[in-house]
Amino acid sequence: MKIGVVTFPGTLDDRDAQRAVRLAGGEPVALWHADTNLHSVDAVILPGGFSFGDYLRCGAIAAQAPVMESIIDAANGGLPVLGICNGFQVLVESHLLPGGLIRNEHQHFICRDQKLIVENVDTAWTNGFKLGQEITIPLKNGEGGYIADDETLKRLEGDGLIAFRYSEVNPNGSVNNIAGLRNERGNVVGLMPHPEHAVEPGFGPDTPLAMRSGVDGLTFFTSVLNQVVNS
Amino acid sequence: MTKEISTVDTTKNAKKTPEKEQPWRELGLKEDEYDRIKLILGRRPTSAELAMYSVMWSEHCSYKSSKIYLRQFGEKVTPEMTKNLMVGMGENAGVVDIGEGWAVTFKVESHNHPSYIEPFQGAATGVGGIVRDILTMGARPIAVMDQLRFGAVNNPDTARVVNGVVSGISFYGNCLGLPNIGGETVFDKVYQGNPLVNALSVGALRHEDLKLAKASNPGDLVILFGARTGADGIGGVSVLASETFDADGPSRRPAVQVGDPFAEKVLIECCLELYAAQVVAGIQDLGGAGLSCATSELASNGQAGMRVQLQNVLLRDDSLTPEEILMSESQERMMAIVPKKDLKAFTAIVEKHEVEFSVLGEVIREPRLYINWGKEEIVNVPPRSVAHDGPVYERPVAYPVWIDALNENSVINAKLKRSTGAGELAEQLIRIVSSPNQASKSWITDQYDHYVGGNTALAMPDDSGMVRVSEETGLGVAIATDANGRYCQLDPYNGAKLALAESYRNVASSGAVPAAVTNCLNFGSPENPEVMWQFKQATAGLADGCLELGIPVTGGNVSFYNQTGDVAIHPTPVVGVLGVIDDVARRIPSGWQDAGNNIYLLGITRDELDGSVWSEVIHDHLGGKPPVVDLSAEKALAELLQGASLQGLLASTHDLSEGGLAQTLVESTLRFGMGARVWLNEICERDQIDLTAALFSESTARVIVSVGREDDVKFVGLCEARGIPVLRIGVTDASGQLEIQDLATWKIEELRNSHGATIPELFG
Repeated sequence: MKIGVVTFPGTLDDRDAQRAVRLAGGEPVALWHADTNLHSVDAVILPGGFSFGDYLRCGAIAAQAPVMESIIDAANGGLPVLGICNGFQVLVESHLLPGGLIRNEHQHFICRDQKLIVENVDTAWTNGFKLGQEITIPLKNGEGGYIADDETLKRLEGDGLIAFRYSEVNPNGSVNNIAGLRNERGNVVGLMPHPEHAVEPGFGPDTPLAMRSGVDGLTFFTSVLNQVVNS
Repeated sequence: MTKEISTVDTTKNAKKTPEKEQPWRELGLKEDEYDRIKLILGRRPTSAELAMYSVMWSEHCSYKSSKIYLRQFGEKVTPEMTKNLMVGMGENAGVVDIGEGWAVTFKVESHNHPSYIEPFQGAATGVGGIVRDILTMGARPIAVMDQLRFGAVNNPDTARVVNGVVSGISFYGNCLGLPNIGGETVFDKVYQGNPLVNALSVGALRHEDLKLAKASNPGDLVILFGARTGADGIGGVSVLASETFDADGPSRRPAVQVGDPFAEKVLIECCLELYAAQVVAGIQDLGGAGLSCATSELASNGQAGMRVQLQNVLLRDDSLTPEEILMSESQERMMAIVPKKDLKAFTAIVEKHEVEFSVLGEVIREPRLYINWGKEEIVNVPPRSVAHDGPVYERPVAYPVWIDALNENSVINAKLKRSTGAGELAEQLIRIVSSPNQASKSWITDQYDHYVGGNTALAMPDDSGMVRVSEETGLGVAIATDANGRYCQLDPYNGAKLALAESYRNVASSGAVPAAVTNCLNFGSPENPEVMWQFKQATAGLADGCLELGIPVTGGNVSFYNQTGDVAIHPTPVVGVLGVIDDVARRIPSGWQDAGNNIYLLGITRDELDGSVWSEVIHDHLGGKPPVVDLSAEKALAELLQGASLQGLLASTHDLSEGGLAQTLVESTLRFGMGARVWLNEICERDQIDLTAALFSESTARVIVSVGREDDVKFVGLCEARGIPVLRIGVTDASGQLEIQDLATWKIEELRNSHGATIPELFG
């Protein structure tokens, strides 16, 4: 099972996403921003970072990269695509998901262990969760405040397109506590927090049981592998 | 820049016009230094040569006042200490063999003066600079840490500096993708006009990937790549680092460099790919003194020379003069020495990363640096005279006239009031843990990414930061840094040893074995004999301490002129200790994890309150002598922790330092929100001290550990066998509170608010 992980100039969490794929049992394939070839991968991850230095707007330049032409086409054809943090911003800038992401309400970059509620499990990347499940994965961003116009919000809420909501603390002022979205088809998911940082005991968030032992993020990657196997 | 040196001044012209007036004084050179340049060259220098010598012979680049003292770090060593040292002092950063074919390189450096003028950019480029030093050794940078000193919290200027510096580090470090795993933040009015912004980076490499900054093979190409050269930081090195801030002085803002972390991230990946392709024979980053430094150091290190065409430098600003190009400190640039046959492969890699480059010239056998501007020769110098044979000063040293009185004014002689009532002591404890220096720094550290890379095994608020190096075996490194300026003001010799002792203890507390030392020595003006005495004492203390502990200094940095007017900062020798752990899965956190564990205090508590947090927060007092340093006790303690950790006996370890036992108990409670019941009477009885000393004394060589009941006998037996004083002082519990018997009981949330609210209230 091959999962592509895209590297743009300024991408930071590509190696982490590759590790997450490996730990879930998949085979990570590095995809380069300037290359339109997707190397027959079964799914694609757009990892976190500061692609193209976040110049212009976060994700705006990356959305125009050659590899994105192929990814947008493939996503419209049903290829599972996960955008994490900067990858979520790229999905929004590519119009694969609606709305926008702006500077955190408090104006600071924030890194914290974040509780989320899984709002939708009918997607390629969340089918292994239980509906309403509370999970903890790291969040780290400066521009994670989700915004959308009223009409879009109504549609997102009405059509069940909200994949994750922040629980307990809204860390960046996102409307309706939105942490992540899915598209209508359920193959494209984007979120600000970082599941790839909660996949390996010893290096994830603290849990009540043990230090840094949280692996809630692993389910994102096992979900997509299950879906690909089953389809 | 004055008019004279902005016109092209050739070597031919210099020979013809020996009497021409040159602005050596404005460039920070002394008259005898200027005479020496003329002697080396046999003529007056051209304006370009003058620019080069002036930056390279500045205090910042040449270490001219500190060199004679830094030598002892290389001399006070045993063969046993240096057996794992692959590269020692003098290179961009020291390299330590950590086994399994892996090596790590680490270093801490100051960016103090720029950070006062322009806190955001100063701090940002401080991170960028140290990361390039690590990259230059052939390593992938894997983590950063920052050691910060700010002025008094109630001074209106402090918030400007704090917010700027923290945002700058956050901006640059986060965008580079390096986890920030720890550091220090201290507030003291002595740093009001001289904040200290030190940045540490650590990198990992396979042994065979080690790179050195040298150009030794004639015919190899000299290539400048990365960002274009602009007007930033021109004269920053010599002007900023050699002058003390003066209230009436002109604005220095244009001399501060501006950073672009995106460019640096691209440069890191580009360099690592160049290294992997083995197309680089030598590499040097461009930092202080820019091209002047890179060309002369590469040639001097390689015992060769270079011919360089300066007009080939890609510019952001075409109006730059040759002198300005030589001095520019534009960030995110590297210089590579590339064999001609590898140029094609080199070009393919840098073009893949869309990094610009230009071939400036080539390496020559003759040990001479020739730089042309078009057809005109503007530099013709022996590279060694620029890079390594700068002036060395043995500055006058004087025992400070004020220090005896300061040492005499101890807590006891000053008759500082001690409380005996439980209520009053409990109130002092809260005042201490919520004081700006002892309060939680999470408002700062939450602005830094500590997850990126997926290898962070420990980060703040644990005693040291720890990152995994090998994913296969779990091999990793731990790093802690420390400096207590108050102790160093009282006694710089022992103060430096105390900083070493605490960093060493912090690393040992995490389960790692201390292996190497780096330092960043922040002092006042070397032209003040009393400051020079402090420097002499501190370096001797650190070198002696390292010898006693058996761990070598691998490199470091000196920052002088940290003073405003005549008033110097407290001597602040930041000491970083790196430890090695064979499997990071064995790391030990600083807080209690499970209910029902016994809490043990290891080590002896003496009545040592001089220079303490208690004396500062409760009495606004500084005097007396700092705590006694006992490095053999530190060593024995570290070995015990090592043994106990290998047997899996320790659920947590937290060292005792500033704020004493009181601070450590509160932090251990808050780490995971696990409560405890603690008693002090047995400490007081055994060590013959009162409650104030039991709670707040800062005696060294102490930690508290928590141990599961099933491991009790084994653990106590281990301590007794090794002669480590051990005393059971409490039990952890799930009560949701910290109880210190006969003193007070606090709800954990109450402590969390006291400890956590201070910094956000001041700066948030």
